[in-house]
Amino acid sequence: MDIRFEEVGYTYQKGTPFQSRALYDINLSIKDASYTALVGHTGSGKSTVLQHLNALKKPTEGTITIGDRLITPTTDNKGLKSLRKKVGIVFQFPEAQLFEETIAKDIAFGPKNFGVSEEEAIERARVLLPQVGLDESFMERSPFDLSGGQMRRVAIAGVLAMEPEVLVLDEPTAGLDPQGRKEIMDMFYDLYKTQGLTIVLVTHQMDDVAHYADHMVILEQGTVKREGSPRELFRESEWLSSMQLGVPSTVAFALKLEDKFGWTFDRLPMSTDELALEIKKNLGGNVGERV
Amino acid sequence: MMDKLIFGRYIPGDSLIHRLDPRTKLMSAIFFIIIIFLANNLWTYLALAVFVGLAVSLSQVSLKFFINGIKPLLWLILFTVILQVLFTSGQTIFFSWGPIILSKEGLINGGFIFMRFVLIIFMSTLLTLTTMPLSLSDAIEYLLRPFGKIGVPVHEIALMLSIALRFVPTLMDETEKIMNAQRARGIDFGEGNIYEQMKSIVPLLIPLFVSSFNRAEELATAMEARGYKGGEGRTKYRQLIWKRRDTLAMSSFVVLVAVLIVFRT
Repeated sequence: MDIRFEEVGYTYQKGTPFQSRALYDINLSIKDASYTALVGHTGSGKSTVLQHLNALKKPTEGTITIGDRLITPTTDNKGLKSLRKKVGIVFQFPEAQLFEETIAKDIAFGPKNFGVSEEEAIERARVLLPQVGLDESFMERSPFDLSGGQMRRVAIAGVLAMEPEVLVLDEPTAGLDPQGRKEIMDMFYDLYKTQGLTIVLVTHQMDDVAHYADHMVILEQGTVKREGSPRELFRESEWLSSMQLGVPSTVAFALKLEDKFGWTFDRLPMSTDELALEIKKNLGGNVGERV
Repeated sequence: MMDKLIFGRYIPGDSLIHRLDPRTKLMSAIFFIIIIFLANNLWTYLALAVFVGLAVSLSQVSLKFFINGIKPLLWLILFTVILQVLFTSGQTIFFSWGPIILSKEGLINGGFIFMRFVLIIFMSTLLTLTTMPLSLSDAIEYLLRPFGKIGVPVHEIALMLSIALRFVPTLMDETEKIMNAQRARGIDFGEGNIYEQMKSIVPLLIPLFVSSFNRAEELATAMEARGYKGGEGRTKYRQLIWKRRDTLAMSSFVVLVAVLIVFRT
């Protein structure tokens, strides 16, 4: 499902003495089955953009096209439910949204709201639990008995259970240990690859952007500053640091090598494997199989 | 929804009223609410209105904020005023239909009640608009201190008050976040019949309570770790200092009361 922003602006508390403009002039398109990373300094408007993706907020200027629905400042709040089923959002610290007595019920809550029968919703929970790294024995436990990381997984399963076409992730791994982070991020990537899910990832982890995303949007002070592939954008490391953003560790390392040994990298390495290949190329390709 | 709420909001500023001691402002607001009942004719209400008008203009806060402060209470005010107007009998009756009577006295009483409401709301809005919530709780602690002698746990009350005030915005943010998360999972808040609306509150309330419990536990641990042992023997970082302008502000009430007593009938 495509999502397109045209000249979108958003002002908080419009018409009151406290009004503040969070977004202006936003033009961007998120293509079907793409993996978009939305990055920007804290307070750049990422979260506000995110809430527009399933019409939790409506633009105060401009239009947003989500699939075949058009959202304008005057769109009625009714009938947005079908949209919310298609665009699932995993909010920051989603464990705060758990409330049912059992984990199975909590995962089934979303689908049930969208008209899925109780049995089928519970069945979806049964299938999803192993996917997020928990086993079936968790079904009947209370969500409040779990550790923070496990609660996070249940919350994520609750969003996946709605079987959205677009999955929006707002720093899904904040506060998780490195192992848990990698597992969760790999699971999302797997969904993107195998089920053709459209993913929008909001993050500060440039390594994740480099590793998973195929498109990158940089927001600054409420508007889109740059858009393009991560490989392209990470080339401008100085501009990025002026935006208070960094580059992934592989790129940082590559840039240091360029600096120190005068090497050139035709393809900026987005992963450790690519970095190794590039180093090999620069060394003349004679290092053998050990690299 | 919640961003329209003006009541209890602080507008930073550096006017004379802003710089007054919070105790002065709190006592003034309470005192004003008491003496407003001294007024019983046009002149006395006029004197009160002038007094409030003066205070509002001294605060340099736009009148818009005060008018916004009235809006949520508008229905209550209208309801009371209309009841008063329609059910007061008097000597000069313009119109009567069964128990409904429109009299001169009723109209005048209605007008006075309206004035009372507006003046009290303006005064209390002035207090919250120009005083930081934390200084307000300091003032409450100070003014409650005499009750400590009869066993009122003043320090605890003040502590709870300042913690509560501190967490109002945090809880509001949290509410908003959870609401959004549940809306994204297909809940429509404020739609459907009463039963459905009540049911849709559950996915909001339970997470809010749970996170408040967690927050309370974390806060208590953090306070203990920083050596908090209760009110005994604590010193204060924010000292309240009574200045000459506070004495002046309080003495303006003497003038006001004198005017009210002279002119009331």
